Amino acid sequence: MSDRRDMELIAALVPPGSRVLDLGCGSGELLAHLGQHRQCSGYGVEIDDANVLACARRGVNVIQLNLEEGLAMFEDQSFDVVLQLDTMQHLRNTERMLRETARVGRIGIVSFPNFAHWPNRLRVATGRMPVTKALPYEWYDTPNIRVGTYADFEVLARKDGLRILDAFGIQGGEVVRRRPNLLASVAVFKFERG
Amino acid sequence: MTFAEPLPLRSGARLADYTLVYETYGTLDAARSNAVLVCHALNASHHVAGTYAGEPKIEGWWDNLIGPGKPLDTERFFVIGVNNPGSCFGSTGPMSVNPATGQAWGADFPVVTVEDWVDAQARLMDRLGIAQLAAVIGGSLGGMQALSWSLRHPGRLRQCIAVASAPNLSAQNIAFNEVARRAIITDPDFHGGHFYAHGVLPRRGLRVARMIGHITYLSDDAMEQKFGRGMRNGELGYSTQEIEFEIESYLRHQGDKFSEYFDANTYLLITRALDYFDPAREFGGDLARAFAAATCRFQVISFTTDWRFSPARSREIVKALLDNRRDVSYAEIAAPHGHDAFLLDDPRYHGVLRACFDRLAVEAGAGAPARAAPGTSPLHRAGGLRPDAPGDAA
Repeated sequence: MSDRRDMELIAALVPPGSRVLDLGCGSGELLAHLGQHRQCSGYGVEIDDANVLACARRGVNVIQLNLEEGLAMFEDQSFDVVLQLDTMQHLRNTERMLRETARVGRIGIVSFPNFAHWPNRLRVATGRMPVTKALPYEWYDTPNIRVGTYADFEVLARKDGLRILDAFGIQGGEVVRRRPNLLASVAVFKFERG
Repeated sequence: MTFAEPLPLRSGARLADYTLVYETYGTLDAARSNAVLVCHALNASHHVAGTYAGEPKIEGWWDNLIGPGKPLDTERFFVIGVNNPGSCFGSTGPMSVNPATGQAWGADFPVVTVEDWVDAQARLMDRLGIAQLAAVIGGSLGGMQALSWSLRHPGRLRQCIAVASAPNLSAQNIAFNEVARRAIITDPDFHGGHFYAHGVLPRRGLRVARMIGHITYLSDDAMEQKFGRGMRNGELGYSTQEIEFEIESYLRHQGDKFSEYFDANTYLLITRALDYFDPAREFGGDLARAFAAATCRFQVISFTTDWRFSPARSREIVKALLDNRRDVSYAEIAAPHGHDAFLLDDPRYHGVLRACFDRLAVEAGAGAPARAAPGTSPLHRAGGLRPDAPGDAA
């Protein structure tokens, strides 16, 4: 989540004053932003040492944990919002983490690279895996072990009984609501337990 | 500093006319807001940093963390190290004279707890005119004291830093302590704890106690890397009593060193304080309820290879704080050294602490300490040590 505009678009989904848990919070930029501009409080969860240090320097509460081990440390519905931004695709146990997100937060917000964005489709049609801004890795060294599409997520959300409150794509720093599965490189979903 | 007013202890006993030895580093600012209390663990003291004039080898036990320009920067913070009552480095303890008998307390010294220490430290802060500490920091048993500060005196600290600590000891932890205690108590030179009168020291027991401790402070990997199956003479000696393996040599050396300077009764008392610490106990074992009393910000740190105070134990603390919606950060440092890592200077570990103290300094507006604040002494000066001089009741 390096793109500032993308971050602001997602931050706008978080109700002001929320207690927030940001899974895979990186350097804590979004949490700092939510604290300053939307009076939110909360914690980030990170596994990476450099990011944990960056959060500490920023004054953002950060819990160093491996998300693959689950969220046992967090009680049911103990946060207003649980964010899982640009993180889901790195996790082996994607579905479990999605359920955990919905368990711990009253609202869940996820974002991930949309594999069905048209340049990716073209690239695959030519017989090669896509390498783009949203998916900048070669197939053999990508940390994205769970690549899915905007449409795929809708299916998974339905399967897991999640009620989608809002969903859109982001492309070039703009919200895409028309045919996001084709036209957006990033998928964003806001949901609650159904 | 001496305290005439008796200190009520958790056991119901009272400790009267006691002395606390402490050291300070840096300068207390005009607002008296930049003080940091450093709590020691089992075998350490008030001498947390720097060296004394003429004794360059006796370096403070946390000197890699505390000092000018270090993560806990004594140019910005007024750092206080206190020797706890019951210890053997100058504060009133088993080697002190029991006023009731005129003899050394020995085994009759009252059992002290982490809570008792914290209360004693709080009284020292009263005397120093420090209403609120910027932070209380400690590792291992010192971390327990930091946690206890947040529960017993919640308004008196802004930040609690608990490193390689635990919300209580596991059965395994207590078991190690008990083996160490039995080694001391069954030493024929122990004399029921009144060995001072016999002019002997239970060195054998202390040695074994320390050897056991050292095994638990190191990770299996660290021990393997440091010693492996290395042999002193390169080949088997076919003896059962001589030192053959390097690890044996290391443990015996540590045991020998320790038995020369540490008091056996203090060892018993401090391991008991460790066993007893359990803030959840009075809340039916519910740690979250225990931490409802805390208000300060927390930094919890553990080390992945620490099996004596494992990361799982630190996570229990973090969870209890999360349940209470307290400000908490947690770093789990992948250091190879085991429990000992809290005394080492892993850059990730010290980086987190530096960030933590930088933030406190910025919040306190520290950086321009007042010059003439009372009760201060510069680092690297013999005056940094405050001996338990009678009448020093300032």
